[in-house]
Amino acid sequence: MIYREVGDFKTTYRADGQTFPIRFDRIRYYVVLAIAFGVVPFLINDYWLNAILLPFLIYSIAAIGLNILTGYCGQVSLGTGGFMAVGAYSCYKLMTGFPDLNIFFCVMLSGLITALVGILFGLPSLRIKGFYLAVATLAAQFFLVWMFNKVSWFYNYSASGQINAPERTILGQPITGAETSAPVTYLFCLSILVLLAIIARNLTRGHLGRSWMAIRDMDIAAEIIGVNPLKAKLTAFGISSFYIGIAGALLFSVYLGAVEVGEVFGIQKSFLVLFMVIIGGLGSIFGSFAGAAFMVLLPVLLKNVLVGTLGWPTDIATHMEFVIVGALIIVFLILEPHGLAQLWRIIKEKLRLWPFPH
Amino acid sequence: MSAAIAEPTITEDGRRIGGVVMEMRNITLRFGGVTAIKDISFDIREGEVRAIIGPNGAGKSSMLNVINGFYHPQEGEVWFRGEKRGPMKPYQIARQGIARTFQNIALFKGMSTLDNIMTGRLIHMKTGILGQAIWKGGAEREEIENRERVEKIIDFLEIQKIRKAPVGSLPYGLQKRVELGRALASDPQLLLLDEPMAGMNVEEKEDMSRFILDVNDEFGTTIALIEHDMGVVMDISDRVVVMDYGAKIGDGTPDEVRQDQKVIDAYLGVSHD
Amino acid sequence: MPAEFWYGVEVMLNGLMAGVMYSLVALGFVLIFKASGIFNYAQGVMALFAAQTLVGIQTGLVPFSHLINAMLGTKIHHFGWNVPTFLAILLTIGVMVLFAIIVEKLVLKHLVNQEPIILFMATIGLAYFLEGFGDLMWGSEIKKLDIGIPQGGNVWVEESTAFLGGEDFYGFYLDTLDIYATVIAIALVASLVLFSQYTKTGRALRAVADDHQAALSVGISLRTIWVIVWSIAGFVALVAGVMWGAKSGVQFSLSLIALKALPVLMLGGFTSIPGAIIGGLIIGVGEKMFEFLIGAPFLGGATENWFAYMLALVFLIFRPQGLFGEKIIERV
Repeated sequence: MIYREVGDFKTTYRADGQTFPIRFDRIRYYVVLAIAFGVVPFLINDYWLNAILLPFLIYSIAAIGLNILTGYCGQVSLGTGGFMAVGAYSCYKLMTGFPDLNIFFCVMLSGLITALVGILFGLPSLRIKGFYLAVATLAAQFFLVWMFNKVSWFYNYSASGQINAPERTILGQPITGAETSAPVTYLFCLSILVLLAIIARNLTRGHLGRSWMAIRDMDIAAEIIGVNPLKAKLTAFGISSFYIGIAGALLFSVYLGAVEVGEVFGIQKSFLVLFMVIIGGLGSIFGSFAGAAFMVLLPVLLKNVLVGTLGWPTDIATHMEFVIVGALIIVFLILEPHGLAQLWRIIKEKLRLWPFPH
Repeated sequence: MSAAIAEPTITEDGRRIGGVVMEMRNITLRFGGVTAIKDISFDIREGEVRAIIGPNGAGKSSMLNVINGFYHPQEGEVWFRGEKRGPMKPYQIARQGIARTFQNIALFKGMSTLDNIMTGRLIHMKTGILGQAIWKGGAEREEIENRERVEKIIDFLEIQKIRKAPVGSLPYGLQKRVELGRALASDPQLLLLDEPMAGMNVEEKEDMSRFILDVNDEFGTTIALIEHDMGVVMDISDRVVVMDYGAKIGDGTPDEVRQDQKVIDAYLGVSHD
Repeated sequence: MPAEFWYGVEVMLNGLMAGVMYSLVALGFVLIFKASGIFNYAQGVMALFAAQTLVGIQTGLVPFSHLINAMLGTKIHHFGWNVPTFLAILLTIGVMVLFAIIVEKLVLKHLVNQEPIILFMATIGLAYFLEGFGDLMWGSEIKKLDIGIPQGGNVWVEESTAFLGGEDFYGFYLDTLDIYATVIAIALVASLVLFSQYTKTGRALRAVADDHQAALSVGISLRTIWVIVWSIAGFVALVAGVMWGAKSGVQFSLSLIALKALPVLMLGGFTSIPGAIIGGLIIGVGEKMFEFLIGAPFLGGATENWFAYMLALVFLIFRPQGLFGEKIIERV
């Protein structure tokens, strides 16, 4: 019996509160980490890195961030693209303004700056709720994109309006710019992701996470039992924006290298991350990973099948992608509105009983 | 003048009832054109079980909402522990030690029983964001300490079996018990119960009555409850306030109130002049 | 009065006309939201699809020609005929009704009791789907939409108002197309209001918008109403798509109208028809005037991208339910 769930009684509250109470899950977690850190860097090539792994890592960070705000705290935000832009442009200004500052600190500071911006745009959430709030976050989205376009200080007055990441190294290895190697960028992003994921898990398992969920489920009752709604909502906005800002900074500096704000951080980005969170599962850290993987892999898969195998022209492949993504989202929402995370839970339950139906 | 200190008394079954802990003075509450509460004054003494009764629409839930600060009366004053209550938000009032349950259960449907009751401990949990992000050390210790307290409440309410169950999947009677647990978790000085027996069968009512009395007995918690079941009210309360059409029409021990003609008229539906 | 003032008035008039167009799009949203509680993000793409279909039918395009060519190696493009405008419009309406039926059957029916955010996400999925589908069906190149409405600055208006401003003022420059669009939009809005107030179906619509259960209990078929509502929304989308498409060509950006309708709805409330109208006018005038007075001279222009949202946001902070929306009373 490898996957022993039954008969495994915890005798301390500490044991009961573990992230992976089942021994098999815990071992699997360490194995995955070992492979991710120890094996993949040797196998990786540029195509895999750029097409799949880096976007997956970076979008996972963004998805965890949005999940904290929307999945745990229930505040729907359509401004993710704009906040990623804040992270990217902060990173750019820090890199160009402080050339000696290590890229890691640039990224972290960009996250902090985005957190502050997030708190600012989160203030309306105290008066506006639910759907109206979602639309209000659109104001943030459009305003931020316009601002980064128009105010030339942000792109150091360059004629093209584009921002380019100057070359930086970390521990002696190039991490931004043209000379980077796949294993280095991969490990950098992976390390940040693992760190942030652990922090997210810790934040959501304690009283802060519970106060968020209380606000999500019934904000009036939450206030009556003592939750300060201002503090809870603003910390959700702040921490969520911290994550999203870091994702934006990494997307710009390590992944893309150059960014034009309207193309990269427009509203379609906000929807992309929101899809990840919903398809993956609201209120689940695992779901954020699953959703990110899904939305990153799907277009790659489709392109390989439609263009590679069937030989269709790329514009038709793109249209087909829209059709399939749209249809899949609807199918998902009908069949399992709680996302892949819930689907996984149900599969495990069925497997528990298999071959018995119930 | 601060709240009048009546002489502490000892009841028949040995409970100690202290001085006045909460006092409503001339409360008037209006919603637009409707006056829900008209110039009502009464007090609640420490350690007692105070019932608020009256026909439907009398304004009882609104009264409870005034007590816990969700509604702000247009006129009148609320005195708690000898201090007049200024403009405060509901969460600040919760931190003063007032907890409540709701008529239509207000549990957090997305969380388990355990988590719901743990939310009751929120006002006592102090670890900052950084501490929680690290978890090991202070945050974990605080979590375990509070978990222990919550488990005592779970034992007390006999809901061990459902502690991990998502609260939305529980039957009505159990949900009400979980809600009571959540209210108890905050270690309140004053516990407000809004129709805690509503929708229960005889057995469940007996259980709930026992829990309420045990809470009052063991922890000395002052309890104010709205209840329609007269048998329950007469059995467990020390004093009763009777409301009708937003006004107070009776105030005293269950026996006194039961014999009051005005109360009888209100319940039997005698027309008002 | 100096010429500057009259230019300002001209901006305001253009703003009013743009506002009428916004109201029209917003109406499509309000109808669906009232009847089914769904915010239909796909409304903008529906406008695009309707316009694409109209042009496709008019010019005799073969549906899915690119796809067929890719799969079979053929080179077909046109049927070779041109369909008269009136017939093409009727056929397009038919297509939109068919779309409404399919959406109800495949999507709405299954999502009946879900939370609003899930429904909203489903409409976003629908928007993506319809966009890809429309492009697959009719091709994604920019098409010219011509249903016979004249364009260009209206000479009559220009000449008759030239006297107002003295030498530097040449009369109000109002595009004839915009004038037509305004008139059509007003007619459509008026007929929708009359429809909902005075016809049996309109009453049923309002009943459903109020309370699904109660409407069911008096024998109103929810599903039929939804098909009707989505068909009307489809028709509104067609009109909006035609008007905007005639101005700037039938292309992707048409679907972004949906986003413009949002601040209108925030201002006017999601459930109010008069709110959509007044909200649209306020946004239309507001954003043009802001750009004219402050945006272009001081902020580098292009403020129309975000001004509407900011305005709505500020408004919402003081009045969270919008101008005409129902006040949200929270009870415990």
